[in-house]
Amino acid sequence: MRNSLVFRAIVRRELISAMRRNAEVINPLWFVLIVVTLFPIALGPEPQLLAKVAPGVFWVTAILSCLLSLERLFRDDFSDGSLEQMLMSSHSLVGIALAKVFAHWLLTGIPLLLISPLVAVLLSMEWQVYKACFLTLAIGTPVLSLIGAVGVALTVGLRKGGVLLSLLVLPLYIPILIFATSAIESAAFSLPYDGPLAIMAAILALCASLCPFAISAALRVSLN
Amino acid sequence: MWKWLHPWAKPEKSYALAGTLLPWFSWLALLAISVGSVWGLAYAPADYQQGDSFRIIYLHVPSAMLSMGGYLSMAIAALVGLVWQIRQADMYVAATAPVGAVFTFIALITGAAWGKPMWGAWWVWDARLTSELILLFLYLGVIGLYNAFSDKVMAGRAAGILSIVGVINLPIIHYSVEWWNTLHQGATISKFDKPSMDTSMLWPLLINIVGYGALLGAVSLYRFRTELIKRERQRPWVKAMVTAKVSGGV
Repeated sequence: MRNSLVFRAIVRRELISAMRRNAEVINPLWFVLIVVTLFPIALGPEPQLLAKVAPGVFWVTAILSCLLSLERLFRDDFSDGSLEQMLMSSHSLVGIALAKVFAHWLLTGIPLLLISPLVAVLLSMEWQVYKACFLTLAIGTPVLSLIGAVGVALTVGLRKGGVLLSLLVLPLYIPILIFATSAIESAAFSLPYDGPLAIMAAILALCASLCPFAISAALRVSLN
Repeated sequence: MWKWLHPWAKPEKSYALAGTLLPWFSWLALLAISVGSVWGLAYAPADYQQGDSFRIIYLHVPSAMLSMGGYLSMAIAALVGLVWQIRQADMYVAATAPVGAVFTFIALITGAAWGKPMWGAWWVWDARLTSELILLFLYLGVIGLYNAFSDKVMAGRAAGILSIVGVINLPIIHYSVEWWNTLHQGATISKFDKPSMDTSMLWPLLINIVGYGALLGAVSLYRFRTELIKRERQRPWVKAMVTAKVSGGV
């Protein structure tokens, strides 16, 4: 099989298995909505205050929900042995890793973008802020999946990898968070924000080209 | 060069080499740190603006520099381990990570102690402070990942991959944070053509940097030897060495 066919086959398989257990897709979205609800209750419901903290709240919530869904990226395939089969097949593990990460993004990033208008309404975001928030999330969520996959690949062989995973991955998320918030901040003052967006796109390109290699190296270690 | 370098990849050879280097590093560290610290803390002139509290730089700057240098050396060792499959390189990663984490912690604590009288706050979310804190998190991640595996060969490799990923991220974190917010003063001594510091203050600092570097090396070497012995304890050369030690000592 050619590599593109393998890529498509794996993405298809991931989507089918996720659709059969759709709670795994929906639960992170519930989580986002519930956490977003907690903030107005904790900080007070004034719209000005909420509008000021909204983009940061949304981004942090997105990162946390991504962490929640990361584990299923390799965990099930690891425990039923299909990951080992993929490793032993003649296809490049790098391509397989990229396909799995892409499927993960389709199942977590895209739904997050779809419910983002709802979050924007709940947190009384303005239109231009919401637009910037949407764009940064569209560029940023693939980065979250890519970097997170490296962490999952490193911890998949461990019995209690969950907390460790977040400790490994969260520091690496900081740059993308910084550029996202600075883009949104510029948008709030109606300034141009294509600079930070371009840097985020550059980070995405860097991660998309390097992370699959790190993921495959880490999987080889974890499967030993 | 390979012919010359390769015999050292044998565990007993690298154990012996680390043992030979250890006293050199230890004595250099002891000498340089005592000279640099006494000179810096007692004899260097006080700052015209900050008075005596500037003297904390003789502890703060070397540990901050070596915290980053330690991470870099760890990542280089991890790369060597990954590319040439030399197991001792992974052991060096495991040996040096806690040492580097302690240096990072010292840099943060001394920075806070200096920041209180100077900036009026123990902690500010400034670029360098933040990136140093993130560096501490990266160190803790490597240590945590290493300790989570029961198979130490796997643990060393996984920690190595993580430290390589971290070292690629480190400059990105550094510049993104710098862009985000900065209050810390710019580099003082890396401007070699014209340092913005008087030589009477600069010399003890440079001596201390050398001393702390040697200290990092010495403690890492010591831990590396311990790690090596622990992992190779079933091997004949370790048993032979221990028997020789015991029968010689009694």
